[in-house]
Amino acid sequence: MRLTCPLCGDRDRREFYYYGSDDYLDRPGPEAPASAWDDYLHNRDNPAGITRDLWYHEQGCAQWLAVTRSTVTHEILRVELVAGLKGARE
Amino acid sequence: MRYSGFRVFTEGLFGNKGWKPAWRDPAPKPEYDAIIIGGGGHGLSTAYYLAKNHGLTNVAVLEKGYLGGGNVGRNTTIVRANYFLPGNSEFYSHSLKLWEGLEAELNYNVMHSQRGLINLFHSDGQRDAFVRRGNAMINQGDDAILLDREGVREHLPYLDFEQTRFPIYGGLLHPRGGSARHDAVAWGYARGADRRGVDLIQNCEVTGIDIENGKVRGVQTTRGAIRAAKVGIVVAGRSSQVAAMAGMRLPIESHILQAFVTEGLKPVIDHVVSFGMGHFYISQSDKGGLVFGGDLDFYASYAARGNLPMVEHVMEAGMTLMPMIGRAKVLRSWGGIMDMSPDGSPIIDRTHVEGLYLDCGWNYGGFKAVPASGWCMAHLMATDQPHEVAKRFRLDRFATGHLLDEEGTGSQHNLH
Ligand SMILES: Cc1cc2nc3c(=O)[nH]c(=O)nc-3n(C[C@H](O)[C@H](O)[C@H](O)COP(=O)(O)OP(=O)(O)OC[C@H]3O[C@@H](n4cnc5c(N)ncnc54)[C@H](O)[C@@H]3O)c2cc1C
Ligand SMILES: [Zn+2]
Repeated sequence: MRLTCPLCGDRDRREFYYYGSDDYLDRPGPEAPASAWDDYLHNRDNPAGITRDLWYHEQGCAQWLAVTRSTVTHEILRVELVAGLKGARE
Repeated sequence: MRYSGFRVFTEGLFGNKGWKPAWRDPAPKPEYDAIIIGGGGHGLSTAYYLAKNHGLTNVAVLEKGYLGGGNVGRNTTIVRANYFLPGNSEFYSHSLKLWEGLEAELNYNVMHSQRGLINLFHSDGQRDAFVRRGNAMINQGDDAILLDREGVREHLPYLDFEQTRFPIYGGLLHPRGGSARHDAVAWGYARGADRRGVDLIQNCEVTGIDIENGKVRGVQTTRGAIRAAKVGIVVAGRSSQVAAMAGMRLPIESHILQAFVTEGLKPVIDHVVSFGMGHFYISQSDKGGLVFGGDLDFYASYAARGNLPMVEHVMEAGMTLMPMIGRAKVLRSWGGIMDMSPDGSPIIDRTHVEGLYLDCGWNYGGFKAVPASGWCMAHLMATDQPHEVAKRFRLDRFATGHLLDEEGTGSQHNLH
């Protein structure tokens, strides 16, 4: 598997650290109930098909990436900088 | 038909014409008392113990493919009871005891072989952790022996004791640990359940779960609707999809785990050996193949095949530990879909729907759990109460913080 980093280009999977589903982009606010934290940390759609998850380009540009890909074929459909996603840094 | 040595002998005399199929191939009935979704190891053992321990025989196992075609037939068959945490310890201890009586119980040769499991350690800190684990095992009534470096050498003279990256300090020997024939376990439980009246229905994919007023009514399948007041979801890597049919979003992420087998060799590895620092473990099958594996590929996947970086990593770790295997030819590699839970421990619990039960989160360690998981899931489904040794496998433990984090790495999907 190779990921195309928007900054570094086509790179080997070994350069990246996998974090998990893009649920991690929706961090609950300070007032959120415990159930929101449970959803944020643990509960997942876990689709057999297209998913978007977060990868860290550890041995490259050290950017967080949102990768849209198929969990069934391992095809990579899109790689975006998390920093560029609307709402990601709110 | 009872199997026995005598039977094999007499069948041999008469051209093996007397053997019959090990189970029936029934059409689904419109209604059962209980339905098990998933014909893997856990689903089949659940059905078996529902019939055997609780007298519930009007039961169907619905399998979308063929029996034993999932992870139960893809794993590397290590059976052990060397868990540390209360909650896990008594459960796996119970499971190992069931394994020890399984062949007589099922009248089926599951080739359970207690050849001894050795977990290697490579530092003082790791030794301390293993001493502690060994004491926990002994407190649980199981067996553990701490080996120093020379003790390991006696058992495993072929390891590279000179390597400096992870020098071998010793190992924890679990003499009752070992392996078994994976398919045989599925087949043995299938035959046992069938003989007690359970319908094993293959090529029957569950596509929906019928719920009325908060109670389960049955399931929709590719072979029509089937009613039941109790339904158990026992589908391992597919747990998220099936639970979603009941509106649930599970604390599960499905990951790929690969394994490898070499050509058949003369007996050379007598134990199961695990090299945690390098992420490598190995045993030798009764056919002679070296069966080995390592860690997850570490990304969510349903592909049942992995990528090359982990292949390379596993081979490197194997060569670091035991260079003698370098000439063996790898025949096959494959992957299975693991239902990973955030803390690395399983779930056997009720759900928010009355009559709907869940058995999942087996991570990469669910083969050894097949007997006890079925035992406890059957208990839960029959009595509506958790079994004593599985009562901490709760679905809500992530929300409440009652984690069972055996590795102590944290409750996060990418850490187990
Ligand atoms: C490479 C590898 C090595 C492993 N090594 C070990 C080991 O050494 N020791 C150990 O203890 N464990 C090991 N495991 C883990 C172990 O194999 C699993 O945890 C265990 O087999 C999972 O339970 P199961 O047998 O019920 O799963 P499965 O056999 O996968 O059964 C689930 C069944 O559900 C069916 N199903 C899914 N969806 C539906 C549906 N909608 N309708 C009907 N049926 C459905 C599937 O077809 C499948 O047959 C390993 C796993 C792998 C992949
Ligand atoms: Zn980059």
